[in-house]
Amino acid sequence: MQPSKSERGVRIPLLRKPGAIPGMWALEFYRSNVGKKAVMAISGIPLLLYVFVHMLGNLKLYQGAEEINAYAEWLRFIAYPGLPEGGAVWALRVVLIVSFALHIHAAVSLTIANRKARPQGYQSKREYAVASYAARTMRWSGVIVGVFVVYHILHFTTGHAHQDFIEHDVYHNMVTAFSSYPVSAVYIVANLLLGLHIYHGAWSLFQSLGWNNRRFNPWRRSFATAFAAIIVIGNISFPIAVLTGIVD
Amino acid sequence: MALNLTLRVWRQARPEATGRFETYEATDISEDSSFLEMLDVVNERLSDDGEEPIAFDHDCREGICGSCGVVINGRPHGPLERTTTCQLHMRHFTSGDTITIEPWRASAFPVLRDLVVDRSTLDGIVQAGGYVTAPTGAARDANSILVPKSASDTAMDAAECIGCGACVAACPNGAAQLFTAAKVSHLNLLPQGQPERWSRVSDMVDRMEDYFGSCTNYTECEAACPKGISVDFIAMMNKDYLKARFKDRRRQGQSG
Repeated sequence: MQPSKSERGVRIPLLRKPGAIPGMWALEFYRSNVGKKAVMAISGIPLLLYVFVHMLGNLKLYQGAEEINAYAEWLRFIAYPGLPEGGAVWALRVVLIVSFALHIHAAVSLTIANRKARPQGYQSKREYAVASYAARTMRWSGVIVGVFVVYHILHFTTGHAHQDFIEHDVYHNMVTAFSSYPVSAVYIVANLLLGLHIYHGAWSLFQSLGWNNRRFNPWRRSFATAFAAIIVIGNISFPIAVLTGIVD
Repeated sequence: MALNLTLRVWRQARPEATGRFETYEATDISEDSSFLEMLDVVNERLSDDGEEPIAFDHDCREGICGSCGVVINGRPHGPLERTTTCQLHMRHFTSGDTITIEPWRASAFPVLRDLVVDRSTLDGIVQAGGYVTAPTGAARDANSILVPKSASDTAMDAAECIGCGACVAACPNGAAQLFTAAKVSHLNLLPQGQPERWSRVSDMVDRMEDYFGSCTNYTECEAACPKGISVDFIAMMNKDYLKARFKDRRRQGQSG
């Protein structure tokens, strides 16, 4: 056990309970903050890939009702009859649910630990020298995007939060939903916050996993910026296209 | 030209005492004096008035020992880049300024008195693994271990760390990642550091996490570091830690 008193006899709080977990290497790994950050980065990768493919798929909105509804149909019948209807989609959902669970658990426990590690801040006005707005608001953007995802599922997947939901008629559901200004506003704001979250997260994951090489380091920032921009522009184009009548 | 400044200084008599800010007028301060010399002048006047002088850590006063360091207007070591508090000169301030001076803030750095904090938790991290196995006896031939130039340069960049704790002070999470990464990488990059490479990173990170917060990649530490240590070393440490833990290389042997 580590001393909880310094050489000068001052009490220094231990931030975690002492003691290893013998034999449980996965738990032992996750017990460390560096391990939790790695889990956060790794669980973020499927979420990043998913949000990208999700945006690409939705671009079919611009090809008309038949195309996007056929695409949705195709998604439900991937590898059919080898897989049951919706089998591939559910397999993907399991991956996403596990990723979300790990991402959120790691975020919450790291946040709690970090608050303990600096119980008292500074009283001077300026506290941040270089940290980006995105980095500083990760916890807020993360929570808001998380709540939005729940709403989004109730809205377009189950239809509970949709006024005029027709199952499997994706085109109809999107156009009727985005015709409403408040609904479109929610989607636009949520996607801007998602962009902020990705702007820091897609860069940060390289650091957390130690993917650092001076030759490609400048590209990490460009990659994260481009990724965030593509997701945001693609996603907010849908409500804007409906509201401006480009799609109706 | 002499400066007239208002200082807001954190005063705390003992570790367990409740601290508070006190305001002092620092008049007629030479702009050629360093920040610590300015505090010396203020302290002499406090002593003359029969008041307790402001306690602060200092030693070499030439920016290499890592003893000094206070948070000046919210920035560890003040507004200048790559500058320790002792090397910060008063010419960078303007007459009439109010300067807020606070100690490093982190749960791992309890305040001992006024601006002095206990940084022995950093020593603990070094004790956990910041050493190499060296054969005792006669000195080796100078070139018996060849070191690639790039490795020795990068190791020197890490070894620049003076252990002042500004990285912890700057971190909103009270994390010591930059300090630990510098100490780990400086040895892990060199051939002499290879025998303990994996146990070193595990042991030092584990000791660090007993007392310090975790990294959220704000990079505030790099901006505050008076030696400009790069966050690249944090990535390097993360990579070695993950390898050491994930593959449990401590038991498998030491090959890279």
